[in-house]
Amino acid sequence: MTTAIAAPTLSGAPPATGIGGKLRWSISDTLTITRRNLLALTRIPEALFFSTVQPIMFVLLFRYVFGGAINTPGTDYVNYLMPGIFVQTVAFGAVSTSIGLAEDLQKGLIERFRALPMARSAVLTGRTTADLVRNVFVVIIMTAVGFAVGFRPTTGVLPYLGGILLILLFAYSLSWGFAVIGLSAANSETAQVMSFPLLFPLTFISSAFVPVDKMPSWLQGFATYQPVSVTVSACRALMIGGPTASWVVQSVAWTIGFLVILIPLAVHRYRTRT
Amino acid sequence: MPYAIEVEHIKKTFKGKREVRALDGVSFSVEEGTVFGLLGPNGSGKTTAVRILTTILQPDSGSARVLGHDVCKKAGLVRSLIGLAGQYAAVDENLTGRENLVMVGNLNHLNKAVVGGRAKDLLEQFNLADAGDRPLKTYSGGMRRRLDLAAALVARPTVLFLDEPTTGLDPQSRNDLWEVIESLVGGGTTVLLTTQYLEEADRLASTLAVLDHGHVIADGTPAEMKADLGATVLEVGLSNLEDARRTGAVLDTIGPHSPMVNGTVVEVTVDNGPQAAMLGLRALDREGIVPTAFTLREPSLDDVFLSLTGHSTVEEAHTQEDGGSPRRGRRGRRLRAAEEALPIATGELS
Repeated sequence: MTTAIAAPTLSGAPPATGIGGKLRWSISDTLTITRRNLLALTRIPEALFFSTVQPIMFVLLFRYVFGGAINTPGTDYVNYLMPGIFVQTVAFGAVSTSIGLAEDLQKGLIERFRALPMARSAVLTGRTTADLVRNVFVVIIMTAVGFAVGFRPTTGVLPYLGGILLILLFAYSLSWGFAVIGLSAANSETAQVMSFPLLFPLTFISSAFVPVDKMPSWLQGFATYQPVSVTVSACRALMIGGPTASWVVQSVAWTIGFLVILIPLAVHRYRTRT
Repeated sequence: MPYAIEVEHIKKTFKGKREVRALDGVSFSVEEGTVFGLLGPNGSGKTTAVRILTTILQPDSGSARVLGHDVCKKAGLVRSLIGLAGQYAAVDENLTGRENLVMVGNLNHLNKAVVGGRAKDLLEQFNLADAGDRPLKTYSGGMRRRLDLAAALVARPTVLFLDEPTTGLDPQSRNDLWEVIESLVGGGTTVLLTTQYLEEADRLASTLAVLDHGHVIADGTPAEMKADLGATVLEVGLSNLEDARRTGAVLDTIGPHSPMVNGTVVEVTVDNGPQAAMLGLRALDREGIVPTAFTLREPSLDDVFLSLTGHSTVEEAHTQEDGGSPRRGRRGRRLRAAEEALPIATGELS
């Protein structure tokens, strides 16, 4: 520790100039932060469990325990269930954005990032991109598990992939919502506590697990047209058939609406949070 | 000599349930290639000043420049010239030491090859080479703090900000860190250091500003501050409280300053050390008092702080989580000293 430390002759690169330079930097910074979040994910056993084992348990639970008691006219329950489980899983996964950001704030990492010559947006875009990558991994596992328990999509490969894409985009838009929560919470525990009361009604008062027409009539409106249900219905139509266009349009509309409102909100929270 | 840091009349108020005026017109400047110590108890505004200078916060009014660049208008440029190591080791728990350094290097947009080399060098310089590829979860507090400082150096900053770099460290780690800082300054880096340890400021800083409740209440070199305080302190240790009380009365007669009786220790500020020592010993001898210790010492920065603020630097340290428990005995004594110093300062005792 006593060796002389070299004189600071050359510092970091000079700040980017021009739109091209700035864009190149924000992409490079986003990738750096994405990589960091994905590396962290592989090293937190709880996070791995949360994004793999837990959704598999949900599949098995609904397929073999509750499924027998749920009547879905026109299709096997497992075919009805899988699109719902997909959306429920990625929606639950989005909570990790709020917890992760709250933790970064708490531990002073964001403070360090703010004093670095990096793109301001990269902390948020890197986090949400890491979530997107994780979700790709999750839907691949879920597809395999689904097939193992008897899920048989009937519409072909392309519509199936279309459904997956829809789910990933929807999850990405949710990540920004949970980023707002994470940036508003005092710590990671609060972030978690704030997230679930939002998540439970959206995923369970929905068409994800049971047909909406068995619910009380006053609940049916919400349960049919709320964003999670709309996305589930769109995926179901794309994967196992049925009227598609209206649901897909509604789901894309929710996704775009969320992005348009939540990205500026999250960026604003990030800038003003002290 | 040109200034690396210039701060002019900075004000910052935090609004909320309770309005806190963190900085109330603070000005100071730091010459290039020197260590500047920002000294003060918790809540005096030190961290707020660092956050403004490192572009994390915007001041309500006033201006600040780093290497001539305004921290608000040229924030991006300033960020590429500075390094910051904060009060809490801001490193990613889930990454290894090396991955943390590489991440910070990449975010500084350094050449990939350069980043790898610098990460390796820094891990070696900070005695972390063996631990470099282990996740930070396995690091001790001192190792984390060293890595945090290493991360602040990846981009070879010209100006380095260290916010309480040694708070909560054990004496050995603290000494190691001091050596690193001295070596950096030897290499030409300008360092702004905040601390609540007067010993640390005395050892490292060539100039100081003392902050209290958002105001600079004194600045200058450590030597100037001690000189301003007056002169030497005569410290007499006694074997019992009664002797101490009597000694207090006796020493009150040898000079213009009132002594401070503090348990079995009596302290008095004197203008001429040797002369006061002779007078003091003679007077004690006449009274038949035999001291157990008799010391002349330079005033410490603790004395400076006490005389400037009427309270010790450690007043608030008791509420702090990691208030340096090994030093508690000394802190306790200083705290009592502070309470008793107040009436003396207003002349009520004499």
